[in-house]
Amino acid sequence: MTSGEYDAAMTLTPEEWTVVLLSLKVGAVAMAATLPVAFALAWVLARGRFPGKVLLDALVHLPLVLPPVVTGWLLLIAFAPAGPLGAILADGFGTSVLFRWTGAAIAAGVMALPLMVRAIRLSIEAVDVRLESAARTLGARPARVFWSVTLPLSVPGVLAGLVLGFARSIGEFGATITFVSNVPGETRTLPLAVYSALQRPDGDAEVFRLAMIAVALSLVALVASEALARRSGRVRHVL
Amino acid sequence: MSFDVDVTRRLGDVQVGAAFEADDGLTVLFGSSGVGKTSVLNMIAGLLKPDWGHVRVGGETLFDSAAGIDLPPEARRAGYVFQEARLFPHKRVRANLLYGRHEGAALDIDDTIGFLGIGHLLDRWPRTLSGGEARRVAIGRALLSGARFLLLDEPLSSLDRARREEIMRAILHIRDALRLPILMVTHDPEEAERLGSRIVRM
Repeated sequence: MTSGEYDAAMTLTPEEWTVVLLSLKVGAVAMAATLPVAFALAWVLARGRFPGKVLLDALVHLPLVLPPVVTGWLLLIAFAPAGPLGAILADGFGTSVLFRWTGAAIAAGVMALPLMVRAIRLSIEAVDVRLESAARTLGARPARVFWSVTLPLSVPGVLAGLVLGFARSIGEFGATITFVSNVPGETRTLPLAVYSALQRPDGDAEVFRLAMIAVALSLVALVASEALARRSGRVRHVL
Repeated sequence: MSFDVDVTRRLGDVQVGAAFEADDGLTVLFGSSGVGKTSVLNMIAGLLKPDWGHVRVGGETLFDSAAGIDLPPEARRAGYVFQEARLFPHKRVRANLLYGRHEGAALDIDDTIGFLGIGHLLDRWPRTLSGGEARRVAIGRALLSGARFLLLDEPLSSLDRARREEIMRAILHIRDALRLPILMVTHDPEEAERLGSRIVRM
């Protein structure tokens, strides 16, 4: 292989750039939308005491254990124009997420949710409630205790959850292709592009390039989440 | 009358409680470990709700089961110094000291830092402090929150002799110069005799 051929084999085509940028966009939007939900669920599961907690816990974890294709199919039913959520979008906003990148972000967010809830819940459970009562005796109302003590102390877990969730979003395949199909430039994220390229006899080089990007993104995410987890371990101890 | 306390609370199989009245100065809550001295402090601070009784400090009712009064901890203005200092690990010493600070607090920040001897610690993280340093910072943080009375839980435990003397001097300063009512828990008879103007046995 000459150096010119090598460069051509290693350089992303415009279509591949679209795939990579779309994946990053889907992952980022999925995280932004899922984080508040994941935090609220993690909080309720860590601190709440109510009947049905076991059921809620199981529901949150469902996307982790269900075949992704089934999750995608459930999303499809929910967001179809006649479905419960699809009807709200159609009637209220005149829009739909089917075959759209927004649908891909929803699929990614749902699939990432259990991982994020687990990471955030662990870090909330690790916050020493004795520090919170100390803050109360110093004159802080519960809301201030949350913002000044509980939240900052659980930040490492929140960041770890974000990183894990982002990686999971970027890698989402089954639910996405079932829910919003494989539309170039709209829902064809990195794993879907790899799948499409594999179907073509001349797709080897493209598969290789996209796979390398996936490996790089995943490695960065793993190292980052590991580093954050170690930091959270250090902050945890209390004098 | 500084403290007028009569509280009971069932914790598991044991009935924990105390009843005493005390004038200004330092009142010692004395008893062997495990009789619930810390639980009594928690009930006075509002962190543990008594099943029955009342808590009045300096004439103000903080809790009264009969009258249905139960002020939340943040409204009681108790300067509670816990046995483990409970400094906020994500805030430097300065931010810890100022956490409960609000407008119109009686105590001057520089004076407080001065008599506690913690001026050189302001930019340190809590995890880098020794046990004695952390405890002095915790006392400062409680005082600067505008506390009307102090609750000290075993303030001299697990410290060497020199550190104990430092903390003891600080406590005497708070009692005699700042004239804040203090309720202090200890299981050490020598401490109880030396510091307490009144000793309540549990």
